[in-house]
Parts: sequence; C-alpha cells; structure tokens
Amino acid sequence: MIDLIYLTIALPLLGFLANGLFGSKIKNEKIIGLIGSGVIGISFLIVAGAFYETVSLPVDERLNIISLFTWLNVAGLNIGVAYQVDQLSLVMSLIVTGVGFIIHVYSIGYMHGDKSFWRFFAYLNLFIFAMMNLVLADNFVLLFLGWEGVGLCSYLLIGFWYDRKFENSTTSAAGLKAFVVNRIGDFGFLLGMFLIYSTFGSLVFTDVFSKAVLSNVPEHIFGLIAVFLFMGATGKSAQIPLFIWLPDAMAGPTPVSALIHAATMVTAGVYMVARCSILFASAPSILMVVAVIGVFTALFAATIGLVQNDIKKVLAYSTISQLGYMFLAMGAGAFSAGIFHVMTHAFFKALLFLGAGSVIHSMHDEQDIRKYGGLKKYMPVTYGTFLVAAVAISGIPPLSGFFSKDEILWFSYTNVGFIFWMIGICTALMTSFYMFRLYFMTFEGKEKFDHHKVHPHESPKMMTIPLIVLAVLSIIGGFIGIPEIFSGERGNLFHSWLAPVFISAERKLLNFGTHSHFEEILLMTVSVAGAVAAIFLARHIYLRRPEITTRLSNKMKGTYNLLLNKYFVDEIYDATVVNPIVKGSQNFLWKFTDNKLIDGFINSTAAVIQDAGEKLRRIQTGVAQSYALVMIVGILLAIMWIILSV
Amino acid sequence: MEQNFWLTYLLLAPGIGSLLILFIKKENAKFIKYFGLGISLITFVISLLIYFIFNDDESGFQFIHKFNWIENLNISYHVGIDGISLLLVLLTTFITPLTLISSWKGIEEKVKEFTFFMLVLELGMLGVFVSLDLFLFYVFWEAMLIPMYFIIGIWGGESRIYAAVKFFLYTMAGSLLMLVAIIWLAVYASSITGYFTTNLVELYTIGPTIEHSIQLWMFLAFALSFAIKVPLFPFHTWLPDAHVEAPTPGSVILAAVLLKMGTYGLLRFNLPLFPDASLHFASLISVLAVIGIIYGALVAMVQTDMKKLVAYSSVSHLGFVVLGIFAMNEEAVQGAVIQMINHGLSTGALFLLVGMIYERTHTRVISEYGGIAKIVPVFSFSLLFISLSSIGLPGLNGFIGEFLILLGSFNSSVLNSWWYVVFASSGVILAAVYLLWMYKRVVFGEVTNQKLNSLTDLNKREIIVLTPIFIFVVWIGIYPTTFLKISEKATEKVIEQVFHPQKINLE
Repeated sequence: MIDLIYLTIALPLLGFLANGLFGSKIKNEKIIGLIGSGVIGISFLIVAGAFYETVSLPVDERLNIISLFTWLNVAGLNIGVAYQVDQLSLVMSLIVTGVGFIIHVYSIGYMHGDKSFWRFFAYLNLFIFAMMNLVLADNFVLLFLGWEGVGLCSYLLIGFWYDRKFENSTTSAAGLKAFVVNRIGDFGFLLGMFLIYSTFGSLVFTDVFSKAVLSNVPEHIFGLIAVFLFMGATGKSAQIPLFIWLPDAMAGPTPVSALIHAATMVTAGVYMVARCSILFASAPSILMVVAVIGVFTALFAATIGLVQNDIKKVLAYSTISQLGYMFLAMGAGAFSAGIFHVMTHAFFKALLFLGAGSVIHSMHDEQDIRKYGGLKKYMPVTYGTFLVAAVAISGIPPLSGFFSKDEILWFSYTNVGFIFWMIGICTALMTSFYMFRLYFMTFEGKEKFDHHKVHPHESPKMMTIPLIVLAVLSIIGGFIGIPEIFSGERGNLFHSWLAPVFISAERKLLNFGTHSHFEEILLMTVSVAGAVAAIFLARHIYLRRPEITTRLSNKMKGTYNLLLNKYFVDEIYDATVVNPIVKGSQNFLWKFTDNKLIDGFINSTAAVIQDAGEKLRRIQTGVAQSYALVMIVGILLAIMWIILSV
Repeated sequence: MEQNFWLTYLLLAPGIGSLLILFIKKENAKFIKYFGLGISLITFVISLLIYFIFNDDESGFQFIHKFNWIENLNISYHVGIDGISLLLVLLTTFITPLTLISSWKGIEEKVKEFTFFMLVLELGMLGVFVSLDLFLFYVFWEAMLIPMYFIIGIWGGESRIYAAVKFFLYTMAGSLLMLVAIIWLAVYASSITGYFTTNLVELYTIGPTIEHSIQLWMFLAFALSFAIKVPLFPFHTWLPDAHVEAPTPGSVILAAVLLKMGTYGLLRFNLPLFPDASLHFASLISVLAVIGIIYGALVAMVQTDMKKLVAYSSVSHLGFVVLGIFAMNEEAVQGAVIQMINHGLSTGALFLLVGMIYERTHTRVISEYGGIAKIVPVFSFSLLFISLSSIGLPGLNGFIGEFLILLGSFNSSVLNSWWYVVFASSGVILAAVYLLWMYKRVVFGEVTNQKLNSLTDLNKREIIVLTPIFIFVVWIGIYPTTFLKISEKATEKVIEQVFHPQKINLE
C-alpha cells in the first residue's frame, strides 16, 4: 500500500477532472457526489493501508519515499515529484482523507439543489489533491505546490457563490483577500526556500534535515530561515499579523469552512513547522517568537470570539485561537503535542462547523445566533453532536480536546514559562465560555425565531451520519494520546509513534528540567475546574439572566465595541497599508511618474526636435526623403569618425 | 564547412509566402486568410523538424548556413541556432498561426495587407533569432519594425498614429546607437584580425579583448536598444500605448515575441561580447529590473483598462527575465529563458482573451464588466486559468520561470546580495493582486451592466486558438525538463563566456 500512495493524489485529481469537465453534463447529483466522495473514500483506504503497513515495519524503516518523476532539474537543484511516507505524513494524510471523506459525504446533503453542485465537488477534490501534495511532498517545492494549491481552492470556494453579498462586501472580495494575504505569507516561504537552498544546496527534506543536524551553520542563518518559513505559516494558518482573512473566509459554503478553514488547510502551517522542526529547533530564539505569536493569537482571537453573533464567525475566531495553541506547542518544542491537537481539533471543529451548517440549513440561511434559541427539540442529532464537540473543545475529560489541549498547556508550563501557561489557561476559559454561549443561545432557552417564516427541522441522514461519526471521533480520539501519568508503562502512544520524526529537533533543544506528577495533576485540575466553571457561567448568563449581557455591554461600551469590531485591525490595515499603496500607485507612479515625468520628458524632447524641424523645413524641401538623407549622412559621419578614431 | 539549409527554408517560407500574397486579388479575402495560415503552419512544421533534428547535447551553434553577402565588407548571410534561439524560434512559429486564426473575424478590412504584414513580421522575428552576423541581425531587427508600425497604425484603435510613431521612434532611437556600436565593433575587429567582420562567432573571441572603459560604452549602446525593447524601466512608456492601440494580433505578437527580442539580445550579444562590462553593470541593470517588477505591478494594479493592465504586467514580468539574465548563474539564466517562453504564452493568451471579449462588447473598461461568470463560463474559466499561470501558481508554467530566476538570483555571486530577490519576490504578491482583482471585478459579482446579458461564450475557433496554449502552460508547469533541456547547454555556454571568455590570440 505504501507504493500505491501516489493514488491518493491521483484519484482526487481524477475526480476533479471528471466532475470539472463533465459535471455540467452529468447533472445527476448522485453520480457527481459518488465520484467526488468515492475517490476520497478510496484514498482514505489506501492511506489506512499504508499506515497499517508502516506500523508493521521496524521503527528505522518507517520512512519511505515514492518517486514518480523529475520535476525540476537545473544545475544543483534536483526536485522530483516524490512523496515521503512517514509517521508524520501518515497522520496528516489520515486526517485529510478521513475528515475529508466525511465532509464530502455531508456536502452531498448540504449542497443538494445548488445549481453548481458539480463545480463544488470538483473544487473539493482539487483541494484534497493539493492538500495531499502538501503533506506528502518529500521536498519544499512540491510542498509549496500543495501550499499554493490549497490557497487557490480556498479562494475558489470562499467565492463559490460569486454573485452573493457578504457583510459589507462580496464573497469574491473575501476570496481575493484570502488569496492575497496568503501570498504575503508565501513571499516569506519562498525566501525561506531560497535561503535553505543557498545554505544546504538542496530542497529535499531528508537532505536538508540531515545536513542541518550535522552542519555548523551559524544560528542567525537558522533564525532567518525559521523566520521566513514561519511567515508563511502565519499566512496559511491565520496567525497574528496575517489572521485577517480567515473570518472573511466564512463567506464560503459551510462544508468548506469545516474542511478547509478548520480541519485541514489552516493547519498546514503547523504541519510545516513540525516538518521543519530541526530547522526551528536550531534557532531557539525564533522558537520563542513562535510561542509568543501563538499564545497571543490564541488569546486575542478568543476575546473577539466572546462577543460575535454570527455562528460561523464565533467558530472562525475559535479556529484562529486553537491554531494559536498549536503554534504555542510548536514554540514550546512540543511538536507531537501540536500535531495531536491538529488531529483532535480536526474532529471537533469540523463537527462544530458541520453542526452549524446543519443549523443554518434548517434556519434558512440565518446565521445570527440571537435569532436562534431552543433548537434542541427540533434537531436532536445536531444538538447532541454539537454538545459533544463543545464539551470536547472546552477540554473536559475524557473527550479528545482535553488530552491534546492539556498536553500543550503542560509543555508551555515546563518548556517556555509560567506566563505562557497563564495566558493559555485564560484562553481555555474563554473558549469554554464562548462555546457554551453559542450552544445555549442556539439550542436552549427561548425560541427567538419567527415560526411563520422558519420551520426548524433535523437535517437529512446524509448530513447527520457524518455528524455522528465525527462526534464519536471527538469522544474517543484522545485516547491514543493519553499522557504517561495515566497510561503508565504503555506511555503516550501518539508520542512514541511520532518520536522518530522529532528526535533530532528534541535533541537540539535543551533539557527542560523535570517536573513532578503532582504539578501536572494540579495544573490539569485547575484547567478542568476552570472550564467547568466557565460553562456554568455561560449557562447562568445566557440561559438564566440574559439581561446581564446588555448591562455588561452598556457598562463597558468601549471594550465591547472594540471586540465586536475585531480591534479594528482590518480598518487599520486599510488605512496604513492598502490605501497608501493603491493611492500612491495611482497618483504618484502612474499619473505622475509615467504620464507626466517620463512621457513628458520624451514628448518635450520630441517637441524640441519637431520645432527644430519646423525651422529647418524653411531651408529644406520638406520632402520625406531628405530627412532620410540627413539621417544617412549622420550615420556615415559617425562611421567615419569611428574608422578614423580606432 | 557543411552547409545546412533548414533555417533558410524556415525564413523562406514566410518570405516567399508574403510575396505570393501580393499576387492574390484582394477580393479573395477568405482565400488569403487560409493561404496566410497555411504558410504560417508550414513554417511551424519546419521549425518542428528543426527541433527534432536539433542535438541538445551540443553547446555551439547548429544548422549553420553561411555565404558571402557584401564581400568587401566581409558581411555574410550567416544563420544558425543554439538552444536559446531554438526555443524562441519555436515560440514565434507557434504563436503566429494562432494570432492569424484569432484575427479571422476581428480583421475585416484590408485582409491582404494585414496577412502580408503578419508574414513579413514573422520573417523579421525569425531572422532576428537565427542571425549570426551582426549586420544581418540589424537588418532583421529594423525591418521588423516596419510591419509592426503598419499593423498598429492601420488596424489600431483611436490614437493609433500617436502610438505607432511613439513605438517607432522609441525603438529607432535605441537601435541607431546599436548600429554605431556594431560598426565600431567591426572596425575594432579589423584592427586586431586585419579584416572587417560582423561575424558574431568570431566577434565572441574579439569583444572580450576590448579595453574595459570602451567596453562599458559598447555595452550601453547595445543595452539601451535592448532595454527599450524589453522594456526595462524607465524606457517602458511606449509599451502601454502601443498595446492599447494595437489590434489584438498585434498586441499578441508584440507581447509574445517582440519583447523577447530585447532579452534575447542581452543574452546573445551583451553578455558574451562584453563580459567585463556585463559584470560591471549587472547590479545597475538588476536594480532597474527589480524596480520594473514592482513598478509595473503597482501601476498595473490601478489601471482601468484591461489591456493596459496586461501591458503593464509585461513590464513586471520582463523585469524577472532581465534579473535572471544578470544573475548569471545556471538556475537564474535557465529560469529567464523559460520565463521568456512563459510570458509569451501567458501574456499572449491574456491579450487574446481581452481581445475576444472586446470584440463582443467594444469596451475594455473594467468597471463596465462584472458578473459574467454565469453568462460566459468558458471564457471565465480560460481567463482564470491564464491569470493563474501568469501569477506563477505552481503546477503551471509561470512558477517554473519565476522560481528558478528568484532562486538563482538569491544565490548569485554576481549580484551578491539578497535584497534584489527580497524586493523582486514582492512582485509575486502584487501579481496576485492586480490580476485576481481585475478578475474579480470582471467575472464575479452581480451583473450590473445589462448589455452583458447578451454576451456569447467562446466559439469553436476561439477555443482552438487557446487550447494549444493551455496545453503548453500545463506541460511546462509539470514537466519543464522537455524545454529546459533544449537550452541547457546554450545557457551554460553563455555563462562560461562571461566568466571565462575565450579571447583571440593578441599578437
């Protein structure tokens, strides 16, 4: 099965071509949906087979490279279309194809009746194709192909309903913003690649990483490489300062938000940092930067999430916040903990989005949670599964979110410092608070919708079964990463599986002293107790005494508006970056430099010549040939001068 | 030496073809169209045969055909190609028939004259790429201006005369200096070898012996002429006017082939003939190239006319090519060569697409469009596909060129600084901004202009024009080796000529 891994890339591509070229003629939703989800389902089975096969191999043979053909071969650069099947890429591939398959199936129900049903599935398959290239590539350039490819799909799918309005703008504006902001990150990623090539003479992972372990490259070079690569990650994974595109990305259909903007694509930055762990570990100061950016993004996005009223917006800011956790893990050198959170987050956040999609579906595209309420009796499956996901993300044991989040908090405490743990805990409390605010306002309490206009109903099986599957995963997904203090001798399975990938990075990092089990249990208790308290607080406020919120928002109007308007970051960027560039290009570069300065110079030179010509015309005949004559004479004089002067 | 007639056949095909057109009655417009297309296809087939015979393991010139032309000045008809010129020859013979098909409906007046000029133009362009004699090169270089001047001046838009004259004078001003430099070079050669010569192969060993300070002047005289053609900032202002006023086939040829003559000239003449000066000026030219990348992109971003936007994007894209050439290592120069082809395909196709929509609506103003995705899906897809190729999406052609150029320039010992690439890479961001922003305004959104509702999608003829380009866009993107291999040896040789020039024995 490892040898067949290329099929997991070829099949989605085939699905894309089939639906993209013939979808508009097939028309039948069943066939289109079957092709679209079928190719992903088969890909998942192949990945699962490759995983099973790799597990049965001895540890030092678990890295296999499947080369297809040479892509770029110029001078010292030799880049192949080649795929690296190892512990890390297998975990990512399982998430991408597994969660991807579930969301494809869900989409058959969700997109039912859309006039561009075929186009949706074509794009979705193209996305999986690009994402699989990203996680399986054995070199930076192919990774970059996937990296930009997922960005393209994101662009296409955000603007999928290209003639719709979105907030004050349009869906296509949101798509454009996502693409451009991502490209700003890609600019960094490109520079990172160039610097890696000039430092190590290769862009193939195994070459670069093995050289990075042995070489005595100065730390500041590693630092620069890490900064450049991390810049790419902040774009793709929506971290400060490039997070601004992700909330707008909610303009896309909800399954897209679940698949691309929650479960898979946005975690690509985390994957990339983990893949390059040795490069980052060789520059500890930059690793610290990663941790700081991560933890601040986590907190920052969580505060915004507290007051948003659009169900998808809350989830979007929650995603940014959870991605911040993952980068905190990376920064703390806890690479496998970060990847573990990538996985559990893929389960519960995809579930939250799909649940939200189910709600939006039944509420006729209404997304304002203030107009929901009491939906649990109308949609029991959505309600139940959404609750599971909310509990999971809040970090209540034994659901999956508890294990992964707590591990990150623990490592941030032991590896980078108490203050990181503090901010992390605050974020965790806010997370459970806003998540249950969302839950209570949607499913419990009074019904705030107009019964004459909307008739809430449970979604079809095509949509609820995926919810149930994801709910099960959200519950049990954490068990493969039970920390050592609970699992005893078996240790943390997830860790030991990924350990060989991160071994050299972890060796480079200093040993972070030892901490007692007591500390670990204590911190764990604090975070769980806090989360439970936050849930009860949300219940108290939003279920029992909703008037508190109005009083609170009136009392702290300034803060409330600041949060509601997302700290005005978009407006600040517009005023300081976007507008000056556009206006400057228009007025100074184009209208002044090009039209006045350069053309003015040329036209006035021409005018002078013409003027001279006018005067000469009085003594010349004015016949065109005479001008040619003058020209030839001039050239001949020049030639004579040359001949004489040499 | 054994003579090889293939290149002469290649030149004769459009040459004789254009003459024959003069004998066809102009009422037979349809026949003339088919005839012109037939000739251009024959030319394409000949170039393909040359490609198949071409030996890409050899670094020198191949297919050499040479005989004396002006005996006492030792000027000869001397043609030959290496991998770099072969790629550009193929680009020319590939694009010409496509532009003829694209103008099937667009050009209805003076079909005879138009077809005649197009074939003369093709002859001129091919001549430029195959000449191995400076004098012959100069003749083709200048001759090619004439048909282009008429194509813009006769079939162009409203202010076509202004644009045509500007185009003509701009390029003429540059090339006169080059003529002086060519003559100086030939005279200098006679002071060394004892005979006047314009034979490029001989001059390759003579040029590098020129004293440094004079080499600088010679370099500048050639470079100015090429820089105007490229066009390199700040010599670019003729381009937007020429493009906007030119008819679609004119714009396509201009973008796809004519601009490449500038970068080709730098690579073929400046670098090998004046290696010391090339090294001396490398940073200056690269700075101009980088300014062009950013400047062109920023100005493209704020254009209101689609064609002008694409024209300014050429300034940006060609900046990459020039940067690659002057980085002078294999990655960068190979990138520059493939980027010449890429730009020819992508920008050529962009002009074709803008032309196709213009034929239907008679407007190129972006704000008069919007929401046409559902009215003309095939057009919308094509425009997106080519835009993506142009912004360098990996998997399509543009990425290969840009990536190699930037990677090479980053490590260039000649430029010896990262800053060029740091600034140049920002062009990657800006390209996405100006093209996708235009795309959003033209294709997405709601239909506000009711006239657009009656738009018809691309017809079979237009799809036939675009499909071959699309195939190469993907081909180069996924398997560039086919093309990189052709120019590999020639590129290596140019670099060798700069760093270790073979100088003639000065005794």
